[in-house]
Amino acid sequence: MRTILYIIQKEFKQIFRNKGMLPIIFVLPVLQLIILSNAATFEVKNIKFGYIDSDHTSTSRALVEKFNASEYFNVLTDYPSKSNASAEMLLGNVDVVLHIPQYFERDLQKEKYINLGVTINAIDGAAAGVENVYVTQVLQRFNHHLKADLLQVSDQEIQPVNINAIPLFWYNETLNYKTFMVPGILVLLVTMITLFLSGMNIVREKEIGTLEQINVTPIKKSQFIIGKLFPFWVIGMGLLTIGLLLAKVIFQVPMVGSLALLYVYTSIYILVILGIGLFISNFTDTQQQAMFIAWFFTVIFILMSGLFTPIESMPKWAQIVTEFNPIRYFVEVMRMVMLKGSGFVDILPHILKTLLYAIVMNGLAVWRYKKTT
Amino acid sequence: MKRFIGFVKKEFYHIFRDRRSLFILFGMPIAQILLFGFAITNEINNVDIAILDHSNDATTKEIINKIAASKYFSIQQIITHEADIPSVFEKGQIKAVLNFENDFSKNLINNHKATLQIVTDATDPNTANTISNYVNAILQQYQTELNKGITTPYQIVSQTRMVYNPELKSVYMFVPGVMTIILMLVSAMMTSISITKEKELGTMEILLVSPINPFQVIIGKVVPYIFLSVINAIVIVLLSIFIFHMPVQGSLFLLALESVLFIVSALALGILISTISKSQQTAMMISLMGLMLPVILLSGFIFPISSMPVPLQIISNIIPAKWFIIIIKGIMLKGVGLQYIWKETLILLAMTIFFIALSVKKYKIRLE
Repeated sequence: MRTILYIIQKEFKQIFRNKGMLPIIFVLPVLQLIILSNAATFEVKNIKFGYIDSDHTSTSRALVEKFNASEYFNVLTDYPSKSNASAEMLLGNVDVVLHIPQYFERDLQKEKYINLGVTINAIDGAAAGVENVYVTQVLQRFNHHLKADLLQVSDQEIQPVNINAIPLFWYNETLNYKTFMVPGILVLLVTMITLFLSGMNIVREKEIGTLEQINVTPIKKSQFIIGKLFPFWVIGMGLLTIGLLLAKVIFQVPMVGSLALLYVYTSIYILVILGIGLFISNFTDTQQQAMFIAWFFTVIFILMSGLFTPIESMPKWAQIVTEFNPIRYFVEVMRMVMLKGSGFVDILPHILKTLLYAIVMNGLAVWRYKKTT
Repeated sequence: MKRFIGFVKKEFYHIFRDRRSLFILFGMPIAQILLFGFAITNEINNVDIAILDHSNDATTKEIINKIAASKYFSIQQIITHEADIPSVFEKGQIKAVLNFENDFSKNLINNHKATLQIVTDATDPNTANTISNYVNAILQQYQTELNKGITTPYQIVSQTRMVYNPELKSVYMFVPGVMTIILMLVSAMMTSISITKEKELGTMEILLVSPINPFQVIIGKVVPYIFLSVINAIVIVLLSIFIFHMPVQGSLFLLALESVLFIVSALALGILISTISKSQQTAMMISLMGLMLPVILLSGFIFPISSMPVPLQIISNIIPAKWFIIIIKGIMLKGVGLQYIWKETLILLAMTIFFIALSVKKYKIRLE
């Protein structure tokens, strides 16, 4: 026990002596949490909207005005021609172009039905879909307004049936993305810091040559590893605490569930990450190799965690792959406990899987670690 | 010049001797792009939902069948009490509950109006919003069927043309982004330790007493990595064309030139990190912790930049990846030539020169 304490003491001293590392461990993640949480939104707004008005009547102007009044569209320009508009779209200056044909007003009076061309830049397919919905909504509202203005008594017909669908957004009524993203990004930061630090740690001693000195001492393998990893566990828990405070104070993210439950889960989760870090350390010869491997897994873990894109939409085989992704469980637990108030029983499957993962990873890592080189 | 060539040769040897690193370097990006290209999509499919049907009549059954038949939803659970909704959501699996009112059919016939609640778990706002849009679309279609024969006058309807990606494939959005992330981080990480490694292992002194000047040292360190990264880029582009059927509407040659420019800018950024950090560990942490999330989040890879708050839109301009993503999407999907992307190219070029100049300036001739 005394030996472990000494190693821990030594490791802490080493970490805190490196003045260049301190801002990276504590300031960089905090800054990123504060800044980047604002970037992660799928909301589609400020849509760059242009139009070609070949009609120039009060009706066409009124229609454009409707788009202008909508909060989603940024009405830019009246393009003189179609070719002009497509050139602007190629440049990326406009994303949605509405084409109002000549005799629009006249035909509308006469035919009572008109088809308008809308061109949407669909490289971001999801955004394009939403933009299309918004365009339809504005047109529908305009139709209503037209009917009220122009409808004659003779036009009255049988009343159509109407199914009224009321959307209710639970747990996040205002559809605030920060509530959704802040806990997720906090997970990423805690994971990255603990994984990168632990992944590089032992291999660093290998590379510099100090590992041999430790190997000739009577320190036991398990003592050495626990002593090495404990400081990073503390750093991870510390980051979680700072992050939760910021989430509450700056972003007003609700904390519906039990804070204690979150800490219990995180304390197990960090063990998984440290196990992976240690395992990588064992398998590599240089810090560079260790970092490349850590990076490889982190990018996969992040993009397949369900944090940015939903897991349900992935193909079946990819969903199975996510079962081995620790970040996935952490993200789910954070959102369940913080935002929905899920209890111990709800997240028990997550806790058990994470615990099993921790045992397997650390077991493998200790087994692979040899005191001889 | 001869000395310089000798130095470059030495650097090449160093890199190629380390087989393990090379394997990691080439194997990982391939694995990543394959995994992501197939797995990541922000389309919504097979969302698990639950049904709460107070009415249980012919109309609600018909609507439920229509919803079950769509590819967006899979009905996982039928519940009978409103009070069960919270516990259904707390388990995490179910994303929405469709709550049909009492006497749905009767209301529809007598009052021409019936109500359905779409209760969504909006902890994920995007999914929640999309679910309610999709349910709405299905209902809308059903209503049109019911209202057949009733014409509403004064209708303006839009006919939408989706350009550059008519099938709305999300792979067109993600492959360029994944390419960018891989090239950016692999390149920056490779060079970020090149000089610190010499400092840490003590070989820096030898370099300093040698007659090659700082500029040559930096260029000499970058050259072998340009070679490696270009091979990486070629592999990635081939994969995206042949496996993911990404089109290259524009010039392949231009794409190659732009990729080299982007690679050099990332390598230069790595060198800059290397000259300012004292240990390999610091350098790695700066290039990993400092670059990974900003590049993923601020480059327009997943999240649209135009929806971000204005200060972040301004910050996004300093991320080289943002400009490269605009460039590749332009060349591959829109088929544009240099006249449409010269501004982005110029910005990347300026950044590269700035990184190199700053590294040369920061590179210390003396050890402390």
